[in-house]
Amino acid sequence: MNIFVCVKRVPDTSEAIVKVDSSGRGVDSSKFSFDINESDNYAVEEAMLIKEATGGNVRIICAGTQDVDVMIRMALAKGGNSAMRIDDPRINVIDPLQVAKVLAAAIKGKEFDLVLTGCMANDDGNMAVGVALAEELGVPHAAMVKKVEVGTGKVKVYRELEGGLSEVVEMDLPAVITIQTGINEPRYAPIRGIREAQKKELAVLKLEDLGLAPEMVSEEASLIALENFYIPEVESKAEILEGDPDQKAVTLAEKLVKGGLL
Amino acid sequence: MGNVFVLAEHRQGVLREITLEMLTKAAAVAGQTGGEVVTVLLGSGVDAFAEKAAGYCDRVLYMDTPLFADYSAEKYQKALAPLLRQYKPELFMIGHTTQGVDLAPALAVELKLPFVSDVIDINVADGKLKPVRQYYQGKVNANFAFKGEPPYLVTFREATLEVGDAVKGGSVEKIPSTLPEDIAYRRFIEYVEAEVGDVDITQSEILVAVGRGVKEDKNMPLIEGLAAALKADICGSRAAIDAGWLSHDRQVGTSGKTVKPKLYIAIGVSGAFQHLAGMKGAKTIVAINKDPDAPIFSVADFGIVDDLFKVVPKLTEKLKELKS
Ligand SMILES: Cc1cc2nc3c(=O)[nH]c(=O)nc-3n(C[C@H](O)[C@H](O)[C@H](O)COP(=O)(O)OP(=O)(O)OC[C@H]3O[C@@H](n4cnc5c(N)ncnc54)[C@H](O)[C@@H]3O)c2cc1C
Ligand SMILES: Nc1ncnc2c1ncn2[C@@H]1O[C@H](COP(=O)(O)O)[C@@H](O)[C@H]1O
Repeated sequence: MNIFVCVKRVPDTSEAIVKVDSSGRGVDSSKFSFDINESDNYAVEEAMLIKEATGGNVRIICAGTQDVDVMIRMALAKGGNSAMRIDDPRINVIDPLQVAKVLAAAIKGKEFDLVLTGCMANDDGNMAVGVALAEELGVPHAAMVKKVEVGTGKVKVYRELEGGLSEVVEMDLPAVITIQTGINEPRYAPIRGIREAQKKELAVLKLEDLGLAPEMVSEEASLIALENFYIPEVESKAEILEGDPDQKAVTLAEKLVKGGLL
Repeated sequence: MGNVFVLAEHRQGVLREITLEMLTKAAAVAGQTGGEVVTVLLGSGVDAFAEKAAGYCDRVLYMDTPLFADYSAEKYQKALAPLLRQYKPELFMIGHTTQGVDLAPALAVELKLPFVSDVIDINVADGKLKPVRQYYQGKVNANFAFKGEPPYLVTFREATLEVGDAVKGGSVEKIPSTLPEDIAYRRFIEYVEAEVGDVDITQSEILVAVGRGVKEDKNMPLIEGLAAALKADICGSRAAIDAGWLSHDRQVGTSGKTVKPKLYIAIGVSGAFQHLAGMKGAKTIVAINKDPDAPIFSVADFGIVDDLFKVVPKLTEKLKELKS
């Protein structure tokens, strides 16, 4: 199987303070730590498992600036054969349909059986790029996949639905699959792989190199516009318990027991 | 003009709640744009769903054919594209569900529709639609505007509002299927039900929920100790289940279970909307998290902003003491 995997680098904001920057349309990301997006990490692993089972090659694709090269090298270290990074400030990353256009332009004309993406980027949460990419490529897709069974000329996948239910569907290849977290156990990059990854091809491309007119994926050309960011007011009715950790624990225990909450 | 169309969602003979949630929002939007609310329903043997939806809208358009016996992104797209071209609604709402995210982006690309995903609200300003969505897992909101010509497409998040009353009584209209018989490049095979575990957490009176903040499997005994002191069952966020600390049947949230215990204690859980949707109906909610901005506090009754590893041991000790 020849596989493309789309990966994005995102900030871990689960414990970070997020502040809107002076433009009003971005956030201050100077204190964020970044890593490969969670579901993309599972997509990389799934690609490696398929490659190990069927042969072929795995190519990594990312639209991003030089900052993402460390992440790309990690995916190469796990067994990716080569990578493409599309680096162009004109790409309007706010619009998932335009990101999909860019990724499609990088894939079009090359031979592939599968394109894997994550099902959701944790920063923008669009859950849209993979399915839009399939439409751009004119191939079938399945979103939120928790199991992949590759056959001859086709693939059977288990789509995760609400409430733990799954839907099994079969598609002809080539196809795009968006991978859900928990599908496998992502490996750590082996030391030897990390060394080898430095020698693998990482092509840095501009929109023109992809034959894509920059105005097609620019902010001006987008059919949606981000007007402004704001921090949502959290309507919290929570009683926040005060004191040192021990006092807070004691107060809570008393509330639970004496307040008849148990 | 200004009509708002809503795609009805149903599965295994049940009209899904998101349909009525979207119709409720659509009525609010159409009230300001002066348009009609129209339900679009695709299915096989779905007269009853059409009748039900009519209670919430001005008009139901439905295609009823065995070809729609099971959902297929491809079939839905093939049926919806000509329909949108013909009726040209101002806004088309699809649920931001496992079905909607599998369908909407491809439809948007095919028809070149202005598309905003995972919308939590739609404002109307000067007659213009302004969808609102979130970034950074709920820490930032963003106002959007549409450019270009309608139809504008959104996927709308589940469980963001209370469903209104069925007061409308709209017309119900069967429309002929435009679906070709021979499309099948993605074939439905079967549904596989969720696995059943040793404990049914939907029946638990007290639940202790663990999230990524618990860090490692080897910290689980700390939580087990607390659960024992409370006579509680343990459940978790998706992150805890993906990490393998708990079995799948213990996951709370949209892709797991919906629970309504008397008491829910969330420990090291950030409160992503997919998690909140599964537990916000709990009678009393306690959150222990070191991030004061964690969305879990928006649904909590009691909150402790601190390191769980400092709080939980003392909490367990004190509970044992008080209960003995
Ligand atoms: C289609 C789809 C379906 C999904 N379905 C579900 C679902 O059903 N259920 C679900 O839960 N999620 C679901 N998710 C995932 C969801 O988006 C979140 O990624 C997930 O809920 C995060 O889990 P978490 O809160 O444990 O981890 P995180 O978001 O990483 O949060 C960890 C929290 O722990 C806190 N913390 C860290 N260390 C400490 C400490 N020492 N003391 C105290 N607090 C600490 C942090 O401040 C943070 O708030 C779904 C996602 C998708 C895309
Ligand atoms: N800039 C990017 N470069 C490569 N892949 C991307 C990029 N943005 C999004 N993706 C892929 O698309 C998936 C879904 O993203 P989103 O639609 O933004 O939630 C991600 O998990 C990635 O696999």
